[in-house]
Amino acid sequence: MKRRTRTAVLSLAAFSLLAAACGDDESSSDTTAAGSETTAGSETTMGSETTMAGGDCAEMTPVKLQLQWVTQAQFAGYYAAIDQGIYEQMCLDVTILEGAVDIVPQEVLANGGADFAISWVPKALASREAGANIVDIAQVFQRSGTLQVSFADKGITSPSDFAGKTIGNWGFGNEYEVFAAITDAGLDPAADVTLVQQNFDMVALLEGEIDAAEAMTYNEYAQVLEATNPDTGELYTPEDFNVISYEDEGVGMLQDAIWADGNRLSDAAYKDTAVRFVAASLAGWAYCRDNAQSCADIVLAQSPILGASHQLWQMNEINKLIWPAADGVGMIDQAAWDRTVEIALGTKNLEGATVLTAEPDAGAYTNDIVSEALAMLADMGIDVTGDGFTPIDVTLNPGGE
Amino acid sequence: MNPPSALARSAKRVVMFALAIGLVVVAWELYRNLGPDKGGKVFGWTVLPKANARVMPSVADILGRFADPLGRGGEAMWWFLTKSAWYTLQLAFLGFLIGSLLGIGLAVVMSRLRIFERALMPYLVISQTVPLIALAPLIAGWGGKLSLFGWEWQRWTSVVTMGVFLSFFPVALGTLRGLKSAPAASVELMDSLAAPWRVTLVKLRFPAAVPHMVPALKLGAAGAVIGVIVGEISVGLRGGVGRPIIEFARQFSSDPAKVYTAILAAAVVGLVMAMLVSAFDAFLMRRRPKEAVA
Repeated sequence: MKRRTRTAVLSLAAFSLLAAACGDDESSSDTTAAGSETTAGSETTMGSETTMAGGDCAEMTPVKLQLQWVTQAQFAGYYAAIDQGIYEQMCLDVTILEGAVDIVPQEVLANGGADFAISWVPKALASREAGANIVDIAQVFQRSGTLQVSFADKGITSPSDFAGKTIGNWGFGNEYEVFAAITDAGLDPAADVTLVQQNFDMVALLEGEIDAAEAMTYNEYAQVLEATNPDTGELYTPEDFNVISYEDEGVGMLQDAIWADGNRLSDAAYKDTAVRFVAASLAGWAYCRDNAQSCADIVLAQSPILGASHQLWQMNEINKLIWPAADGVGMIDQAAWDRTVEIALGTKNLEGATVLTAEPDAGAYTNDIVSEALAMLADMGIDVTGDGFTPIDVTLNPGGE
Repeated sequence: MNPPSALARSAKRVVMFALAIGLVVVAWELYRNLGPDKGGKVFGWTVLPKANARVMPSVADILGRFADPLGRGGEAMWWFLTKSAWYTLQLAFLGFLIGSLLGIGLAVVMSRLRIFERALMPYLVISQTVPLIALAPLIAGWGGKLSLFGWEWQRWTSVVTMGVFLSFFPVALGTLRGLKSAPAASVELMDSLAAPWRVTLVKLRFPAAVPHMVPALKLGAAGAVIGVIVGEISVGLRGGVGRPIIEFARQFSSDPAKVYTAILAAAVVGLVMAMLVSAFDAFLMRRRPKEAVA
């Protein structure tokens, strides 16, 4: 790319940040991308900044998004934004990279393998403490979806009932809400409770090897409700279980958020891409709020291995974690952030380790990008708080089919 | 050997194979029905596995799952798994091929100069003591970041690399041993005829090495399959059997039979690879006097 062109592109990009609209010139946000022709589209930028309609992008900005796990309704909003053409309207060409056992999204982001990543806040902050300059730019999930599930006859209705019981947890940094709840209940995790590491399935609970199992509302809890109760020959029902929500217990830690590369945020073009990406993603989530079945279908089309009723259940539970969003979807709530940091700093696991050793610096999150994105969405007439949101009723089938 | 006896022998082999599978099925079903539902304890240790339906689905259940559609209105499970197994087989074969060539190359270099053997062997041994699980995240991380000669490193390349990693070592060791096994008298004869090293290698050492190489290649083939499936799970590659293995494993609490379908598909891939090596063996040995085979 010619230097002259690049300077022109960069200055244009800076200008278009003010427009913060469907800019079609800053597709060279990735400065290595072959974007030398973008100057040709500079005139149209001025014209298109007020419209959101697709088709008038001089060039699409390529964006790679790294997920935490394989395709499932937990990430439906991003797939919906592709399926519904929302990214395209924002002149973004989004590629979704699935996660897997050995793929750590925030590391992929920090190493330049992706432009944005989805990660839980405590894990991402631990990576940030270790030197990865990543920034939370949108807190998609406003609430924690972690539960502790036990059979009703065990009488475990609050963390104080954990005393003397065998409590399963996932380990690998997924156990801190459990430990915080135990500590808050005045129990000593090392002495008063038998803590065992459990698999990401619910066999140990159903087999009675543990008294209570850690579960996500949208995954493992559904798994027990998809299993057959050998005593009745029917599926288990919610009445068979006691469920403790760590969010309700006041020890919820922030989960799925969109993270950006902190080193590139000073680049106006990247920042503009981030605004458009967050806006389109949140619009995707708004679509899923109003069209849960359609979003479950979009996810199933991506990965037909998954069970249909399980994905619809997951979609509905994910919606509950996002909506209603009083401050606007994606806004990072200072109180929830502070609570997450406090638990990450103060709660020790059995090895005596905490998630963080020092308070994260002020640059660990920013509401600037999501605020701009929300303003765009408001202009488009999209409901960003979901005050009237009501979850749907989902019937789970055996095996989640 | 005359055709009828060969036919009889292969028929016998098929029968024995079926019998072996049948025995496993019978043992599985017997234990399911007679074993303790809650597992057996000896001195407080759970020794006998649990025998209830959730942990040990019946063989009929597992086979029935192959006929079920995959998800809502999807294609049949057996067809999906056949396609997955074919994909995994291709990756495993590629990994095995590269691993074998690498292993044979290393063996040739090491047999040529003893100093190479001394220098390389410790590294080869060290490479195999590092568990694949520890290397997997590293290799997985190359995807999308590394480019070789303008060609971008893909996720499937990471997967094949793990297959190569597990297959080259047994091949290198077996081949090295084989190359050294040529009778001293024959080597001396070649030397006295002033045969160049290359000629001795091709005409004497490699033919002598085949009986050592075949078991090594079988180990390498199995290693390639394991490496590729672990790799598929590790990077979440779509298309192979590794992906359904992890996806179905998450449904283990509600649908245990489903998990075994994917595991069986993985076993089939391993069997096919072993059969390929056996066929290769038969091909190489076709003109050898029978006593030498025995």
